[in-house]
Amino acid sequence: MLSKRLIACLDVRNGCVVKGVNFEGLRNAGDPAALAKRYNQEGIDEVVVLDVTATLEGRRAFEATIRAVSSELFIPLAVGGGIRTEADAAAAIDAGADKVGVNSAALADPTLLTRLSARYGSQAVVVAIDAKRVDGRFQVFSRSGSTPTPRDAVEWAIEAEKRGAGEVLLTSIDRDGTRAGFDCELTSAVSIASGGAGTFDHFSEVFQVGRADAALAASVFHFSEHAVAELKQHLRQGGIPVRC
Amino acid sequence: MIALIDYGAGNLTSVRKGFAAVGAELYTPATPRDLEKSHGIVVPGVGNFAATSALKGSWTETIRAAVGRGVPLLGICLGLQWLFEGSDEAPDVAGLGAIKGTCSRLPQNDGLKVPHVGWNSLHVPRPSRLLDGVPESAQVYFTHSYAAPVTTETAATCEHGAIFAAAIESTNIFGVQFHPEKSSDPGLRILRNFVQVARG
Repeated sequence: MLSKRLIACLDVRNGCVVKGVNFEGLRNAGDPAALAKRYNQEGIDEVVVLDVTATLEGRRAFEATIRAVSSELFIPLAVGGGIRTEADAAAAIDAGADKVGVNSAALADPTLLTRLSARYGSQAVVVAIDAKRVDGRFQVFSRSGSTPTPRDAVEWAIEAEKRGAGEVLLTSIDRDGTRAGFDCELTSAVSIASGGAGTFDHFSEVFQVGRADAALAASVFHFSEHAVAELKQHLRQGGIPVRC
Repeated sequence: MIALIDYGAGNLTSVRKGFAAVGAELYTPATPRDLEKSHGIVVPGVGNFAATSALKGSWTETIRAAVGRGVPLLGICLGLQWLFEGSDEAPDVAGLGAIKGTCSRLPQNDGLKVPHVGWNSLHVPRPSRLLDGVPESAQVYFTHSYAAPVTTETAATCEHGAIFAAAIESTNIFGVQFHPEKSSDPGLRILRNFVQVARG
């Protein structure tokens, strides 16, 4: 049986891991490669490196960071932030990424998903969607949550998969960094749920109620409140399949 | 010397790094002729079976000749599928044909998602050189939509909607549907086992 995956997200700015609340107020959480190494040893199932300011600064994700992180990992690594073209994706993959996450650029030009999946396969293409509850629906925001778009998150997730995205990483902006729990209503249509993890039960809930395949978190792992192994033990006791 | 075939559809960086972690530096042959000195051949691959058409002709013939001389061959993911006669994903593209059978799409049963992405457990029904030291139910990382049928060459199976060949071993022909370079300790063990076979 396929295990539910735990994914650690490293939000990187200027080569350092940072973490904010509701996408703002970033604070330093350490060296990306050192954190990746620790997570790998603790049994994390996957790592995401997100260059949080790449799009805003109009540049590619840091290849040196990707290289440093991937050298510590023998588990899947996804990279996002500032990937706008096939050349950007190629640079990330050559630096050691197994998957590329696209967000703003796919909103601006959805054919990017099709082009990337034609070249690398859909398994290498993750569409990242940042959504916020607005007037009873989930509205998509681009450019690190700074710019509202007219799109509905669930509709966009379905369209993105049709266009070639192999996985949908959906982040609740409302829950990001709050530790109030995942937004399970939002995550039922997607593969990777993100935003709001604070307790072990939040993970149980997102897998059982939210029906996610994978749960992504940052703060809950970085600041070491809960070891990955303890979380997995908790999930296993609740009957949720996880990798040993 | 173990060769890593670059036909434009591989995650070469990760595969090379995985082998480096078990003490083997792989070289990438520029032409089929460069395969003559290899003691082992690795065919990686991600994406669509049609990508393997880049191996058609002299690459395929040279690899087939090397296998005939006893050189160990390891196919990873799409590389495993290429060891078979073909795939429904690209019916016009022939595989190596070293193993009888055709790859087909995983069924979308019971609400299971295809592509099959994530960590799943291996059933290891028989001892093999490739999986030596890899325990029953070891979890490894898969990412694929098409899969190879279970045959007498199957060394491990996995189930996702259907039971399929997760690993194969037949004399000097080896293959894994999952990504050993992304499968933590069991994956590195498999790469080490292949290196040992290649080094004789």
